[in-house]
Amino acid sequence: MSMAGPTPAGTTLSDPARKPLLSVRGVKTYYGNIIALKGVDMDVHEGEIVTLIGANGAGKSTLMMTIFGNPRAREGTITYAGRDITQLPTHQIAQLSIAQSPEGRRIFGRMSVFENLQMGASINKMAHFDQDLERVCTLFPRLKERLQQRGGTLSGGEQQMLAIARALMSRPKLLLLDEPSLGLAPLIVKQIFAIIKELNEQDGMTIFLVEQNAYHALRLAHRGYVMVTGNITMSGTGRELLENPQVRAAYLEGGHH
Amino acid sequence: MTAPSTIAADDGSAPVRFDLVAALKDSLKAGAIAFGLSIPILAFKTEQSGGDIFLRPRWGLVAVFVAIIFGVRLLQHAFHATKAYRLATPDAHQATEFVHAEPSAFQKVSRFGIPFFLGIAISFPFLIYLIQGGLDQSRYWVDLGILILTYVMLGWGLNIVVGLAGLLDLGYVAFYAVGAYSYALLSTTFGLSFWVCLPLAGILAAFWGIILGFPVLRLRGDYLAIVTLAFGEIVRLVLINWTDLTNGGAGISSIPRATFFGLPFSSGEDGFAAFFGIEYHGMQRMIFLYYLILALALLTNFVTMRLRKLPVGRAWEALREDEIACRSLGINTTNTKLTAFAIGAMFGGFAGSFFAVRQGFVSPESFNFLESAIILAIVVLGGMGSQIGVAIGAVVLVGGPEILRNLGFLSAVFGESFDPNEYRLLLFGMGMVAMMVWRPRGLISERQPSVFLKESKAISSSHVKEGHG
Repeated sequence: MSMAGPTPAGTTLSDPARKPLLSVRGVKTYYGNIIALKGVDMDVHEGEIVTLIGANGAGKSTLMMTIFGNPRAREGTITYAGRDITQLPTHQIAQLSIAQSPEGRRIFGRMSVFENLQMGASINKMAHFDQDLERVCTLFPRLKERLQQRGGTLSGGEQQMLAIARALMSRPKLLLLDEPSLGLAPLIVKQIFAIIKELNEQDGMTIFLVEQNAYHALRLAHRGYVMVTGNITMSGTGRELLENPQVRAAYLEGGHH
Repeated sequence: MTAPSTIAADDGSAPVRFDLVAALKDSLKAGAIAFGLSIPILAFKTEQSGGDIFLRPRWGLVAVFVAIIFGVRLLQHAFHATKAYRLATPDAHQATEFVHAEPSAFQKVSRFGIPFFLGIAISFPFLIYLIQGGLDQSRYWVDLGILILTYVMLGWGLNIVVGLAGLLDLGYVAFYAVGAYSYALLSTTFGLSFWVCLPLAGILAAFWGIILGFPVLRLRGDYLAIVTLAFGEIVRLVLINWTDLTNGGAGISSIPRATFFGLPFSSGEDGFAAFFGIEYHGMQRMIFLYYLILALALLTNFVTMRLRKLPVGRAWEALREDEIACRSLGINTTNTKLTAFAIGAMFGGFAGSFFAVRQGFVSPESFNFLESAIILAIVVLGGMGSQIGVAIGAVVLVGGPEILRNLGFLSAVFGESFDPNEYRLLLFGMGMVAMMVWRPRGLISERQPSVFLKESKAISSSHVKEGHG
């Protein structure tokens, strides 16, 4: 069963002739008078895993939130599937089959896991709820055991799984993940990255991944961007960035986490 | 709490035993402080005789007071020590296994309690009739029942806004007022009957709910509370000052009484009693009002329970938990908030028009901030979001002060000159403080999921972190 539409087989990823699914052009975002994004350009093509790495406070999460319209970009344009979404309110962006697992998970703590998943399916009016529930339960067997439990009683790793599962319930074409490895044990991080890979390879889902865990993220991603204080400073395939001495010095020294 | 017996529990060391000596020492200290404090406050009573003032010592009272403080403090230590012991004893299944929480006392209560409470509520006038032995004697109790049910309904209405959607509303009484004045004005001006005015009052209140909702969409928590508080006051001040329409502070009197679907409760030939061929009694109207408010309250409950299972109800609860997550899941938070305000306000409006028909008189004085505060206290004390909790909260908060009228036995303890009625509200306030210390999230803090899969399982709220906002 595929959650997103089938990917055209045999197309090369990031083929310049193809229009990107998500395109960010010259985006500037401010918090009050403080500039957080200083004109960001970025593309995510259909069927790709694209990762954005950078240090704390570089603006990674701000970029992800700006794509979702909260905060709104003050300059520049964001296009999704050929449509300008820069000025759309967040909930309408979500209805265009973009889903997000936000920073800090933001699950509904007092509601049960099942209800959290129901909330995830509210965009398509629960049309495929049973199928999708089965699908996320196969991906995350832990959640299946805990469907009736409250979200707030789950462990950190399980909450992260729930946040991803909830995002998947809307059958997104593009999935935005903000630091899914944050604060998790290495084994769980591995599991989560394996699931991201599976979603991309089996379901053809396009994934935009914001990470601090540069080693894992770059190994997984087709392409990557490096962000430093509100600017994209480097981009390339995952392998290129992994081997780049500057990236190694800044984000990978001291072994892989 | 700096008591020696509980410190050990905080750093998670070995199970703590109850340290009697330390507890006794601390309790003695508390007793000594109480004694010191009571010298200027309690120990002397001034008595005027002619032009002179005499000091009459009351050491007996001081002794009783100090003894109570000592005893309560000792009990508190014992309570904390048992609790610390229980917490320090590791639970093999804690957090790593599927949590099979034993149903708590309150859940057991709710399983058998709901039919029980419902039965009591339905048969209340008959029970009172049997207990009091006559219709006239039961008047006070039925009246109290009506009052409590009005607050149950208001509590349930506000629960939609505060408990489910998490929007702290301190001006709920505004919608109660809109409902009451809608019925009062429509019936006195146009002669419309109660049954026509009831839905109209609901619609008007819902409309005002939306009007309040729009400017406060971006606000949360404390800021929202302040604005809603101001809104409640604005409505009251308009009612006072718009004399042409509302007759100002004098209020609107001689509002038509409720009829039994057209049959008035009068001793006349076309009255309710004559129609059914029974003897006329003034209590018939009261009992009818009782069942009317019971039906309205149950309607509120029924609608709320249904809504909770629908997408809009789920969206309310999700909104309470996390607004940003809600939006990124495609929920239109604007509409969600406005529906919460409108539906909550609608039930406030229903309750308001019931209030007007019951009293036959409305004035702005009935809709002051204290009313809002009581309704909010009912919701918070009962347990936000819990229907049965709110009902119990209303019984305790509205019925409690009445029951405390019967405290004659206390004068046996404190001496003949002690008038328990004077201490009624003090005791009540102490009870509320104690409750908020021991059950900070309300009487019924467990939230039942809106969907049950095969077996239902509840997790005590103590396992869950406090929600935002």
